[in-house]
Amino acid sequence: MPILETKNLSKSFGALQAVSNVSLQMEEGSLTSVIGPNGAGKTTLFNLISGRYVPNSGAVLLKGENIAGLPPHVLVRKGMGRSFQITNIFPELTVLTNVCVALTASSGRSYDCLHALKSSREILGEASAIVESVGLSEYTEYRGSALSHGDRKLLEFAMVLAMKPIIMLLDEPTAGMNQEETNNTVRLIREISRERNITVLLTEHDIDLVFSISDRIAVLNQGRLIAEGTPAEIRANDLVKKAYLGEDE
Amino acid sequence: MSDPKHQPAQKLVFVAIAILLVIYPLVLPRFYSALAIEILIMSLFALSFNLMFGYAGMLSFGQAMFFGIGAYTAGLFLKYISSSLALAMFACVTASFLAAVLIGFVCVRFTRTYFIMLTVAFSELIYAIGHKWASLTGGDDGLVGIPIPRYAIAHLPTIDLENIQTYYYFTLIVVALGALVLRIIVNSRFGHVLRAIRDNRERAEFLGLNVRRHLLLSFAIAGLFAGLAGALLIPFEGMVSLETLHFSRSADPIIMSILGGTRFFLGPVVGSALFILIKDTIQNFAEFWMLWMGAIFVGTVLFLPGGVVGFVGSLGLFRSRHATTEEKEG
Repeated sequence: MPILETKNLSKSFGALQAVSNVSLQMEEGSLTSVIGPNGAGKTTLFNLISGRYVPNSGAVLLKGENIAGLPPHVLVRKGMGRSFQITNIFPELTVLTNVCVALTASSGRSYDCLHALKSSREILGEASAIVESVGLSEYTEYRGSALSHGDRKLLEFAMVLAMKPIIMLLDEPTAGMNQEETNNTVRLIREISRERNITVLLTEHDIDLVFSISDRIAVLNQGRLIAEGTPAEIRANDLVKKAYLGEDE
Repeated sequence: MSDPKHQPAQKLVFVAIAILLVIYPLVLPRFYSALAIEILIMSLFALSFNLMFGYAGMLSFGQAMFFGIGAYTAGLFLKYISSSLALAMFACVTASFLAAVLIGFVCVRFTRTYFIMLTVAFSELIYAIGHKWASLTGGDDGLVGIPIPRYAIAHLPTIDLENIQTYYYFTLIVVALGALVLRIIVNSRFGHVLRAIRDNRERAEFLGLNVRRHLLLSFAIAGLFAGLAGALLIPFEGMVSLETLHFSRSADPIIMSILGGTRFFLGPVVGSALFILIKDTIQNFAEFWMLWMGAIFVGTVLFLPGGVVGFVGSLGLFRSRHATTEEKEG
């Protein structure tokens, strides 16, 4: 059984059919990339899966259970972690505290008024390890707002990891990064998700990179899923060539 | 994590202030004890407000309703039920906490301007109740004839709050304990979650946090401590005036917190001391003290965004190791 599945998922905004009839399946531990031109509905699809939008019709099945329309905080507790296209961190808190808050949230002890966050060795140790795993150790005590754009993206990824998700939705995790940062970040995501057996759904503009790291690729165009398959299958798909890849080749 | 070489200086200042607070009423005339009591009470009131504003990012224009509810509850309890100070304080914090849970339940459903307007609306509603239900509250005349409690709990030495020195020490202890509890709360996991919600509500939701419930808890805790501060006023005035509930009273903790610095735990305390000392000084030679206070407030907002504490901190005495360390993390 796929760990995450969408069935005939549709969402429209007024006359605009942003996502229409999208059915996708993701196997546990796999990395699926969603590609497609701007406005293809990638972010809307993410928002439907992560609970930010309620679909007009269709279902989102997490381990077989329909989760469409449930509020974000409930989905998070079911193991759904997401990052945003526009970086979304706590700018006034330090890097370490950003991750500590994410850990506190996932531990379910966020109402604990008595125990100082900073005296919990267990949380601090775990947070430091996560910060280190994404390569931000140097900036542990820096405020989020003091980080470079690329580092903020990494911090957000660290926060998603701290939520101990079974599924990560990463909406353009490398937006605004240079080529080298993009390569490193995507490889980091691949490495960590394999290590922790996290299923990943991500969007990424660098097509070569997408083909080199993805297990499956889904191609969206004007809200419709026009192809889905392994990188080799997608590369050979005429429809995709015409609609999307053709521009480059 | 301050610079280790500055820590002794910091400790020295705290010890000096603690000693000053203890010997203060013994060496200065009565008038100054009264002034200090007012500062202490308003400090606790402002600290309660800042738990919501500085830490959780909720600007309430109605914090006086809980201040007033606390004062009226303690007053009514002492007048009609029992003259036990301990029980009256317990009744007061319970009532203000419950009132804050009910009112907060509605308010935290809304954000920004809508939240602010709701706090104003509830504040006016509570004021209207205090005004119209004269048979209980005394209406315009305020709640008068409250016996000044003379003991706390049986078997303990008598606490005579009519004696201003005793009243001062009693207030000092209650406010210090209240501040200590608030300090523990802001440093706790919950306190950091509040900062996170203040910084980025949506991100907090996508971490799996129930934002409204956290805000409600902070609203309720703030209400509880505002109520406690209100109850401390009773021996001061021997009555509860209707003005305690008034919407304009809600401005005091806002001005105090911003004056002192909302991103520093003790900012509101410093702000309340400055506020009351400035008010007292100006009242001696000018009629419209609010005019001058307004000018000072505008100046603070424009030129000292970190408040007085932030400004003093930036001078270097308590400088953090580098600009991005925890100490400066709001």
